[in-house]
Amino acid sequence: MLSLNNVSVAYQKVEAVKDVTFELGVGQIGCLLGPSGCGKTSLLRAVAGFENVSEGQICLRSKLVSALHSHLEPEKRRVAVVFQDYALFPHLTVAQNIAFGLHQQNSAQKRQRVTELLMLVGLPGYDNRYPHALSGGQQQRVALARAMAAKPDLLLLDEPFSSLDAELRDELAKELRAILKYENTTALMVTHDQHEAFAMADVIGVMNKGRLLQWTDAYALYHRPVNRFVASFVGDGVFLGASIDNNMQLNSALGVFPINPDSGFKQGDKVVFLVRPDDVIHDDESATLAKVVDRSFQGSHILYQLELQHLGHARLLCLALSHHDHPLNELIGIRLDLEHLIVFADNGDDS
Amino acid sequence: MKHINWLYSWFNVWFVSIALGCMILAAPVGLVFVSVFFPQTEIWQHLYSTVLSDYIVNSLVLAFGVGFFVIVIGTVLAWCIARYEFAGRKQLQWLILLPMAMPAYIIAYTYTGLLDYAGPIQTLLRETFHWQYGDYYFPNIRSLPGAIIMLSLVLYPYVYMLARTAFSEQPSSLEEVSRSLGVPPIKHLFKVVLPLARPAILMGAALAMMEAFADYGTVQYFGLSTFTTGIFRTWFGLGNGIAAAQLAAMLTSFVVLLLILEYLSRRKIRYYFQGQRSQQINRQKLTGSKAFWVPFVCVIPVFLGFILPVLQLLKWATMTYSKQLTSEFWLLLWNSFYLAAIAAITAVILALLFAYGKRLHPIKPIQLLVGVVNLGYAVPGTVIAIGAMISLSWLDIKINTLTENWFDISVGLVFSGSLFALILVYSSRFLAVAMHNIDTGLSRVKPSMDDAARSLGYKPLQILKIIHVPLMKTSVLSALLLVFVDVLKELPATLILRPFNFNTLAVRAFELASDERLMDAALPALAIVSVGILPVILLTMLMDKPDPQSSQVN
Repeated sequence: MLSLNNVSVAYQKVEAVKDVTFELGVGQIGCLLGPSGCGKTSLLRAVAGFENVSEGQICLRSKLVSALHSHLEPEKRRVAVVFQDYALFPHLTVAQNIAFGLHQQNSAQKRQRVTELLMLVGLPGYDNRYPHALSGGQQQRVALARAMAAKPDLLLLDEPFSSLDAELRDELAKELRAILKYENTTALMVTHDQHEAFAMADVIGVMNKGRLLQWTDAYALYHRPVNRFVASFVGDGVFLGASIDNNMQLNSALGVFPINPDSGFKQGDKVVFLVRPDDVIHDDESATLAKVVDRSFQGSHILYQLELQHLGHARLLCLALSHHDHPLNELIGIRLDLEHLIVFADNGDDS
Repeated sequence: MKHINWLYSWFNVWFVSIALGCMILAAPVGLVFVSVFFPQTEIWQHLYSTVLSDYIVNSLVLAFGVGFFVIVIGTVLAWCIARYEFAGRKQLQWLILLPMAMPAYIIAYTYTGLLDYAGPIQTLLRETFHWQYGDYYFPNIRSLPGAIIMLSLVLYPYVYMLARTAFSEQPSSLEEVSRSLGVPPIKHLFKVVLPLARPAILMGAALAMMEAFADYGTVQYFGLSTFTTGIFRTWFGLGNGIAAAQLAAMLTSFVVLLLILEYLSRRKIRYYFQGQRSQQINRQKLTGSKAFWVPFVCVIPVFLGFILPVLQLLKWATMTYSKQLTSEFWLLLWNSFYLAAIAAITAVILALLFAYGKRLHPIKPIQLLVGVVNLGYAVPGTVIAIGAMISLSWLDIKINTLTENWFDISVGLVFSGSLFALILVYSSRFLAVAMHNIDTGLSRVKPSMDDAARSLGYKPLQILKIIHVPLMKTSVLSALLLVFVDVLKELPATLILRPFNFNTLAVRAFELASDERLMDAALPALAIVSVGILPVILLTMLMDKPDPQSSQVN
């Protein structure tokens, strides 16, 4: 449905998006995830047609819509946008807002579609309200209904939950996903919050400094990140230093682990490997001791920050069941339970 | 316990002084409406059979004509300035406001001089085409359409300022929504942009139309029969003050309709632009022929409404200044300035009293009283003046009877014959101008700041000195300046109420022009215009500077 090929977007001479390539299939929900200023919104605006591309091509329904010297105007793309501030027309009622993009239909058809959409987004009977009389969550649903009214080929969502209360976000994300799936809408959203991305998306792309670093599903992103930035941006975890010994094994402060022989590392290479909080098991039997330097109670679990007692006093996180209650400065035994090793060369590069 | 608190909050110094102040300020207008209960059948039969329909029709045509033209001029200018980027835009942005410095009666007589038979334009036409008298048709500026054009040329900035804000504050995402929904730009303009700006445009038009209803100088000079000229004629010609007040009440009821329109618009603007803090629209850079004619179109109103008349006034002034710059002129200047200064200080002190009273005791009766007195800006100067004249002369007669009976001396016209009457009328008419500035300033001093300073160990008077005075300084100064200039320009009330032999610049310029001594009127007129530029400069500075309040939000 949507495919981007080596797309770059530049403002004056500054490149906001560099060389991005990905594809999104019919009915899929994609998400661009990255810190603010990473270029994800610029990319979204380029797909919508509000920005020109400086390199590469954007295709919709295998038709070229954006390239350096050809640009299809946004109004001809059949791409609808839900804006961060919702951009509802304050002088129109909810029904008028939703029907705003329905051009070739008579009033009976319009009314029917509006009623249908209001049912879908859970606001039946709100036809004659004005936007200022709605709550933030309700405004967002009206904006969504307006965008979906004309059954666009692609729906773009710019930080759809950023103006909402934290408690509302999870619930709305689930609802939104259900609505999009029900209408079989292809959608691309932008967010800086990985929980929203995980809750909504089929495919997630992590962006940093204008580049798309990885384009895959949530599981792979968490368990098989392609570089240190993705590994540290998605989920918690710390990197521990290690080296490759003469048996081609990873030799670290927490033990020796076999590595994939195809990984390309040579004997004597300095490397780092990722340790997630759930990889560190609290085990009183273990000889490896670590000191509790910080702890945060999370109900069923306690997240400990531990300091190793040898080899550079490296720190790591440990998620332990909440009845394993240890005070600060106590030494506790730990062991690593790594299902698979995530190893990067230690060159200090985070992107 | 609760009952006692309630009593206490009602009867305190603030409430009493505010109520007293409000009653004094509102008395003249109130009296005008009371006059309705004293029917003057004979005069009204006379008025009805002769001029009343002229008054009504002419005033309405004038107001609606002005409303129409200010909407067209103001909206077009606002659109060009808010949405296009072109050479000279920055300068035009404030040049466009300059006609505000020009009182309507001054532009009216300047154009009369420019356009009459012996004026430069007709002379030029005759010389170019070798015409003689009667060979050609030339429109007469001294007519109702002429008055509409004159007033529109100086009143369009009301619409321009409000519409410009409305256009530039529409978030860019609205336009992008329309584009992504496949809505053509022209539909977006008529379905979204203009409806959203409509309350602002209407509010500006309502303000301009209030001024048109209130205008006396232009219509009197052009010899038109409207309500304001009718009020003067009924009083000074027919000698019936009550009937004049009744006419004034009728005029005021027209204005009340405009006030309602303005109120509704203001409320709508609040709903439309509620909490929208998103990215504003980028101005479109003009190229080709548009880059030439857009600035050209933008210059026309300011050229006609300010540059051309000022050039003509300057020309006249250079011809007459040697015999004009006498001690009489300096006295005129002194009179005008100290009168305006006293009025400005009075209005600002009252505004401070009301604003602080409202803040310290946010109870309904105080808010209501202050809100009512704040409507004075809408009431034509003639109306307030009539009311003040009638009520103060009644008071003077009573006082004199009293003193004659008790002390056997007559104190004279202490209220109606002194500057007191003028100050009262100015304060009640321009209080809103001062209040607006003071309220803006006071809103910057958040109540939490007072609490914070108290908790850090400062006493109320110290807080006033170290927090309120520095934060309020600019608002107080701009309130003083704005009232000062408005008083300096004010004509009809000054004409009615000035003490015997007391002249101001505005009165003198108008008298000279009425005597067809246009050239001699140029010097006082220029003095008024040049002082009138000060608030325009102030306004420009405020418009350029981002509102300190909005930068605190977010």
